[in-house]
Amino acid sequence: MLNLGPHAIFIWAAYALTFVAIAILTVSILVDDRQQRETLAELERKGIKRRSARAKLASGKKK
Amino acid sequence: MRPWLALLTREIGLAWREGGAIGTALGFYLVVVAITPLGLGPDLNLLSRIAPGVLWVALLLASLLSADRIVHNDYEDGTLDVLTTGPLPLAGIVAIKSLSHWITTGIPLALLAPILGLLLNFPIASSPLLVLAMLAGTPAVSFIAAIGASLTLGLRRSGVLLALLVLPLYVPVLIFGVSTVSAAVTGPASPWPPLLMLSAFSLASIVLAPLAAAAAIRNALR
Amino acid sequence: MATVTSLANPTRFLSIVDAVVPFLAGLTVLLLGIGLYLSFFVAPPDYQQGETVKIMFIHVPSAWLAMFGYMLIAVASLGTLIWRHPLADVAAKTAAPIGATFTFIALVTGSLWGKPMWGTYWVWDARLTSMLVLLLLYLGLIALWQAIEEPGRAGRAAAILALVGAINIPIIKFSVDWWNTLHQPASVFRMGGSTIDPALLTPLFVMMGAFTLLFVLLHLISMRAEILRRRVHALQQIEVQRAGSGR
Repeated sequence: MLNLGPHAIFIWAAYALTFVAIAILTVSILVDDRQQRETLAELERKGIKRRSARAKLASGKKK
Repeated sequence: MRPWLALLTREIGLAWREGGAIGTALGFYLVVVAITPLGLGPDLNLLSRIAPGVLWVALLLASLLSADRIVHNDYEDGTLDVLTTGPLPLAGIVAIKSLSHWITTGIPLALLAPILGLLLNFPIASSPLLVLAMLAGTPAVSFIAAIGASLTLGLRRSGVLLALLVLPLYVPVLIFGVSTVSAAVTGPASPWPPLLMLSAFSLASIVLAPLAAAAAIRNALR
Repeated sequence: MATVTSLANPTRFLSIVDAVVPFLAGLTVLLLGIGLYLSFFVAPPDYQQGETVKIMFIHVPSAWLAMFGYMLIAVASLGTLIWRHPLADVAAKTAAPIGATFTFIALVTGSLWGKPMWGTYWVWDARLTSMLVLLLLYLGLIALWQAIEEPGRAGRAAAILALVGAINIPIIKFSVDWWNTLHQPASVFRMGGSTIDPALLTPLFVMMGAFTLLFVLLHLISMRAEILRRRVHALQQIEVQRAGSGR
């Protein structure tokens, strides 16, 4: 396929390790992001809202 | 003048009374330098070539052992809170405490170094310059250690964390310190340029480190 | 400046991130694809290094991001300590692991580039040594963030440490350079060769751009996750309080 010369193994290793490192980083960030969004959604379902949201509700009820 | 002096005397007095801390640092220095040849082999030529490096690295580690003493004891018993309400500015307080650490730990370690150097076949003739280099570099070690100590107030495993935070900052001290001593031993390079740079780094640390440490203490006392 | 202050509102920031991320992700993938194609199928071998010069296309961008990441943390630290920008410590905290990863990649690719070039996996030249010290500074920041529980205190402590490190970095770099000239007077190890063949510049710039976009993308998502994490924590405290008062 590609002729990467006598040191091809180093080139492949460099690109592969880079890919793995970036993949691990990306996956961990995406998983964390998803976890936080799910936990937040669940808390809001349970009716626990943030102060600003509760304030809006309260002011809505007063009217 | 009197409050500064009073604080300094107190700090040094506490360190002496707690004798164990200084003794431990010196003992640690001895142990590390003593076991290094056991790891590297008794070849005297090799040992004399690495002696400057080993003496400096072991000194850094020994200083870090007693570094949390700079602020942690006073933080734990509330003295630090009281000191901040006193007449001295916090940066000044930290500076005095760092100075005390230098006097009670840095200077003794520097003076012990030539004796330990004998274990590493370090030439006696170069001892004055060794001590001079270490006296020039240990202020930076103490003052920068105070930053680490202030950042880790009240944390678990603060000793190890302190070392992790502070050791990279010691790279210039190590490089210029070892260069000074190596140049003195092997020549022909002059030891004075690195010694001057080491001194400059120490002076800069004396001025700037207390500011960072004070900010860190204020942060922890909130 | 107005943008920065308008971004201070976390909710507004979150909605901007939500809007930007898909577009940014697409652009990043596209640019990475182009960069990789150029690197492997268009870039010629270097007359000195042969094909191993291709490692440069990931090593140089990673090294640049290592430094960029730390500069970002330093600026964010100023934001935390001086202007008390509410998102500054979030920016600093989330940038650290990303910057550390790229520093690690720079070290590993530098090492793998070095083995075919001058026969050893590691050499204490100025650049690799400085990069190693930078990694240690990143790790210190991450360790400090982990060690302090209260986010406000952690943010300020990490900001102080980051700025102390930032001041020290030029001094460390200078001392390592100086140390290097002492010990290696004859040989000059230069990563890219004395001049870079212009044909290699295009893939390099594309990869630099792609990597930078990747950094920004990961950073924004990470910031979003951190902001949400703090909200979750606050809500969980409310939940505990309610349970305690027997609602």
